[in-house]
Amino acid sequence: MSILVIAEHDNDSVKNSTLNTVTAALAIADDVTVLVAGSNCQSAAQSAAKITGVSKVLVADNPVYANQLAENMRALIVELAAGKTHLLAPATTSGKNIMPGVAALLDVGQISEIIKVESADVFERPVYAGNAVAKVQSLDAIKVITVRTTAFEEAGETGRASIEEVSAVCDEAKSKFIGEEVAVSERPELTSAKIVISGGRGMGNGENFGLLEAVADKLGAAVGASRAAVDAGFVSNDMQVGQTGKIVAPDLYIAVGISGAIQHLAGMKDSKVIVAINKDEEAPIFSIADYGLVADLFEAVPELEASL
Amino acid sequence: MKVIVTVKRVIDYNVKVRVKADGSDVDLNNVKMAMNPFCEIAVEEAIRLKESGTATEVIAVSVGPKACQEQLRTALALGADRAIHIETEEQLESLNVAKLLAKVIEQEQPGVVILGKQAIDTDNNQTGQMLSALTGMAQGTFASKIDIQGDKAIVIREVDGGLQTVELAMPIIATTDLRLNEPRYASLPNIMKAKRKPLEVKTAEELGVTIKAHTKLLCVGAPAERKAGIKVADVAELVDKLKNEAKVI
Repeated sequence: MSILVIAEHDNDSVKNSTLNTVTAALAIADDVTVLVAGSNCQSAAQSAAKITGVSKVLVADNPVYANQLAENMRALIVELAAGKTHLLAPATTSGKNIMPGVAALLDVGQISEIIKVESADVFERPVYAGNAVAKVQSLDAIKVITVRTTAFEEAGETGRASIEEVSAVCDEAKSKFIGEEVAVSERPELTSAKIVISGGRGMGNGENFGLLEAVADKLGAAVGASRAAVDAGFVSNDMQVGQTGKIVAPDLYIAVGISGAIQHLAGMKDSKVIVAINKDEEAPIFSIADYGLVADLFEAVPELEASL
Repeated sequence: MKVIVTVKRVIDYNVKVRVKADGSDVDLNNVKMAMNPFCEIAVEEAIRLKESGTATEVIAVSVGPKACQEQLRTALALGADRAIHIETEEQLESLNVAKLLAKVIEQEQPGVVILGKQAIDTDNNQTGQMLSALTGMAQGTFASKIDIQGDKAIVIREVDGGLQTVELAMPIIATTDLRLNEPRYASLPNIMKAKRKPLEVKTAEELGVTIKAHTKLLCVGAPAERKAGIKVADVAELVDKLKNEAKVI
């Protein structure tokens, strides 16, 4: 068995999601190669070579792979798929964008967002917004898989893999990157933060998220939001936690003014400790919270900040 | 320019699903079904393209059992011109659905195909991307804005770090994110009118697609249950518990 992991990176270094994906790959087999495709991505390749357990790093360094456009990436991955039994990518927006096209070109199915490796061809994945877990067996020769990163630990960085250049230039010329609007934050990234504090509709407006930010700064936490808060325009959508937003599993998740709809729970119910602060004691969030505080958040949150 | 929009019949998003006692699957008997929420957004976007004069015809397509025709009628009531139902009693995997849709695209030659980014039952998030690969059309996934400008489309995509803008060569496949638009409701007169709109039924054989199984569902279980914890009286007690009992801060 031979596995190719598609690295997610910013050209400088691999993202943490790649480390979780390598751990999932190593649960399947030992022969793990990582593909770093990008433009001026040599230092990302260096960082991939340090991941524990990786035997080889393939670098496809070409302007056509800048921004990892799906049309070019999938053509490249299909070229490199020969001899591989498994193709893995993190189930981030990038992995989700690229991998199904790879599967279709190879005429195989894709198994999305696995949370457990049972054997080389049997995997567990959540369905129905995490309200059920399906155990599925792949019947294809090449298994195309995306990995729910929060379900696997990050691999260490003690490796010394060899680095090999890939010369293939796959340019479908169907799409062009125009620009991006990146939300800037000093705080840790939402999906990898140890502590997350999230606000919902109960926050009332965007300025009130400042209350959560103050707590976040004291705890070194990331700030998240429910879909209600995003749709109401309080905060930007990349902060959304839930089935259709980000999936998080921090050590501590503090839900403030969030009722706890199924859609939101799908994104955070695997957190180690859940705290709910809500003035409605009937809110469904209390049925899964380890510690619940029935209180007005506008009093409780500043008080929390003061006591940290 | 024709627009094709796909709709999937799924369990209503408010329903809490139950796993069957024998662990074979989730129980869908006597459960409320509805149009997948992301597909509603796709239908709305297709209709807006028609209202703005960009699209001349909107064709709604669904793959699934006979009951899917309900969701196709809903799409017609919302403003689609005609519908195509690809009938199958099986629960098809994404790749098979994509192959069926690719045939419809080959026949209809649309300028834009809009799908939801994922169905809320299987949570796969695959069909649109697979369709792009099969047809060779450019893809704009997780779209929060679609702007057609002649032979190209500018699509704003929701990505992990924020928003990304791409320029795609027409024709395109787009998949909808929640913030693309706010779907309208169908009015009663439109629901009545929708009953007379054309709805064509096809089968996989007619389209020349062989359905192939790529996975086998071994079992479905309930996720690890999470129990309610305790209520604390005030912030001081909360901080104390987090520090000394849970040891997370």
